[in-house]
Amino acid sequence: MTPVDMSVVPLAEARAVSKHYGTTLALDNVTMKIRAGQSVALAGRNGAGKSTMVRLLTGLDRPDAGDVRFSGEPAPDVSARAAWRSRVACVYQKSTIIPDLTVGENLFINDQPGRGLGTISWREVRRLTRDALEIWGLDVDADQRAGDLTVGQRQLLEIARALRQGSRFIILDEPTARLESREIRQLFDHVTRLKAEGMTFLFISHHLQEIYEICEQVAVMRDGRLVADAPVGDLGHNELVAAMVGDSYAAGAEAAHHVPAAFDGGTGGPGEVDSRPVALEVESLSIEGAVSGASLRVRSGERVGLAGLGGSGKTEFAEAIVGQRRPTSGRISVAGRVLRQGRVDLARDLGIGYVPEDRHTDGFCGNLSVEENIALPVLHRICRMGFISRRRRRDLALALIGKLQIKVSDPAQNTSELSGGNQQKTVMGRALASDPDVLVLGYPTAGVDIASKQALFNIITATDSAVLLVSDEIDELAICDRVLVMFAGRIVREFTGSWEEPEMVAAIEGLGQ
Amino acid sequence: MASEKPTTGASSVSRRRRRSHLSDELALLQLIILAMVVGTFLHPAFFTERNLVNILQQSSELSVLVFAEAIILIVGKFDLSLESIVGVAPMLAAWLMLDTALNGSGLEVNPYLAIAALFAVGVGIGAFNGFLIVRLGLNAFITTLAMLILLRGVAIGMTNGRTLYDLPEALLYLGNARWLGLPASVWVSALLYLAGFLVLTYHRWGRALYAIGGSPEAARAAGIRVDQYVWTVFAIAGGLAALSGLMLTGRMASVLSGQGQNMIFTVFAAAVIGRISLNGGKGSIIGALFGVILLGIISNILTLSNIETFWISATYGAIILLSLILTRLTSGRSYRSD
Repeated sequence: MTPVDMSVVPLAEARAVSKHYGTTLALDNVTMKIRAGQSVALAGRNGAGKSTMVRLLTGLDRPDAGDVRFSGEPAPDVSARAAWRSRVACVYQKSTIIPDLTVGENLFINDQPGRGLGTISWREVRRLTRDALEIWGLDVDADQRAGDLTVGQRQLLEIARALRQGSRFIILDEPTARLESREIRQLFDHVTRLKAEGMTFLFISHHLQEIYEICEQVAVMRDGRLVADAPVGDLGHNELVAAMVGDSYAAGAEAAHHVPAAFDGGTGGPGEVDSRPVALEVESLSIEGAVSGASLRVRSGERVGLAGLGGSGKTEFAEAIVGQRRPTSGRISVAGRVLRQGRVDLARDLGIGYVPEDRHTDGFCGNLSVEENIALPVLHRICRMGFISRRRRRDLALALIGKLQIKVSDPAQNTSELSGGNQQKTVMGRALASDPDVLVLGYPTAGVDIASKQALFNIITATDSAVLLVSDEIDELAICDRVLVMFAGRIVREFTGSWEEPEMVAAIEGLGQ
Repeated sequence: MASEKPTTGASSVSRRRRRSHLSDELALLQLIILAMVVGTFLHPAFFTERNLVNILQQSSELSVLVFAEAIILIVGKFDLSLESIVGVAPMLAAWLMLDTALNGSGLEVNPYLAIAALFAVGVGIGAFNGFLIVRLGLNAFITTLAMLILLRGVAIGMTNGRTLYDLPEALLYLGNARWLGLPASVWVSALLYLAGFLVLTYHRWGRALYAIGGSPEAARAAGIRVDQYVWTVFAIAGGLAALSGLMLTGRMASVLSGQGQNMIFTVFAAAVIGRISLNGGKGSIIGALFGVILLGIISNILTLSNIETFWISATYGAIILLSLILTRLTSGRSYRSD
């Protein structure tokens, strides 16, 4: 589907680029062209290679093979930052606005106008800033602290700064993820205005609806390859989702995800589940800026998936349940007992076990041994007169190491020395150590090898606990009895029984509502 | 996180905050005036030309050292070893010039060369600290603490712990001379602060320091060569610490082996009172100067009241704690970054 008509030299192009990170092939011989004045959407699921492409196009990384060109000329060396800045500007999800400096100073950072020799004329800075703010319709003061701006205002300020540095090509990396609808509207108005002035955009978004709204061309990546590149008019919603999801749909087969076999063997049919007691109940939970009035129930032995994009609120929702975050309102209870405060120890005492989304920051302490990590949440149980009983700890650890088949030379081995899969099993062991009635799992198999993944799946499907699995990975959601989809802070859809992958992806990405 | 505030509301909040930003210095000025009024009422000797000039002169060495620490704090680092440079740099200069009979080296080096050596030592130590922290990525706290202990020992070892006196005129000049009726050291400090204010406010180099302290990644993304800047700041601060030592030596007419000892606590006190953020990227050099002057006045009043010195240092500690709490309460923002 690669476009053939390339009568003009593209403003930016990646020519047969490949990029490895360690053993992972992040980009596999991708050729992509962006013509001047166009706005191109780059779509794809997590891990498809979009971020790597952005890193190459902005000069943060060098391709292993192939090259990047701007207007037909080879890209500057990655160390020549100023040269890159004049060719391409990227507004990353992470803000590069310095909160403690004023709006004007951020706009002119390291390039303030003055009377030569590096002196600064603040009057000139203010004047030029006011002009720029007027063009951008930003009702803020040039002398205002930039940190007090809203997220949307800061983003416009970043785009304004990028343009001031002379670039005619702007990459927006998920610009709308943290914006309110009014701010998204405002951003799109500016993008439309700048397109009319001949600016070129590369727009990365998970919200597929937006792609149809402001882009003319859409490029889809999957598994490090460019799988589609077409005018948006030629690629309908279904084709777009199909390109993102891949073979299962393209083959046209009935790729329905049936409730997996483990479900039947493990906990019985749906009829039986309904008669079981409710283990976890969440009633109209709201979290400021993330979740508005979401409710759910998980019965003992039931596995419920909670799907959604990053920023949909699913992570915050899960964090509230395990006591890591204080909700604004709502009620969380386990078997009728209410979680009174946002405290992890209280949630644990109610019988909630937790596998955090990001195991490297929240999952385990790398400097501690496997047995110490496993025993962390239950230290009070393995103590004798306030001192840790090493024997009890060893017994607990050995039991879980055996159950989860964690490969360690010794339970006293440092957790940081283990492979990703065994680290994740350790985190799972930590969650199971308190023998919880409710398990909250965030991306429980992210970044682990196939064998560990299967082992983790077996553990999850074999447990009698109520499981809330927070993820947007299809294979993880596939082991759930039901899947709830969260979008913009609300639970918008429920899948029961069998579902098809494209349907699920479309719901997650906010299509078809 | 996205907030629901309407745009106009948000900007009026910030305008208020900006005003309070500017009023940091004004608030300090009010405190200084208040302290002076209190001093005048308590002691007839306080509000006399002689005493006020005395306060300024005694604050001048400290103010130079505070300036040095302030620019390091603004780039988001810190340096404990500055106070040891105050001792070791003049010690070396004096040792190079003096006869062996006066515990010197007997080299009788030319005084101007010796003063050049004094500054070279200061800059060199600062640059070395910068190297350890920027290039090797060592922790600033423990690196500069180790340097402090090391240099303190060197200063004592060089003269077997004896005080150097009978110093050549060149070494004493800055601490004794009077220009236009005011001590030279006061002029030096005033000029330093004036130049510092202009550079930090009206020059790209100075603004880059704030950008680096605010967010090194963002500064780097804006094309600021962060490492070079930080390194340079450490070197300049070392040189200024040597200058402070030279001024102190002149006023004392001798070099004590423990010269500068414990000064760093007062330096941090003045910086914190002057609203220089220990997290980097925030604070004005004028605020730091006001912090020094305020401390100088308080210490002068306490001395005039015959308060024992240990109570004076306890007072400093209390003042630091109080100003930290006040800063936290009045700024109304926690330290979480936005």
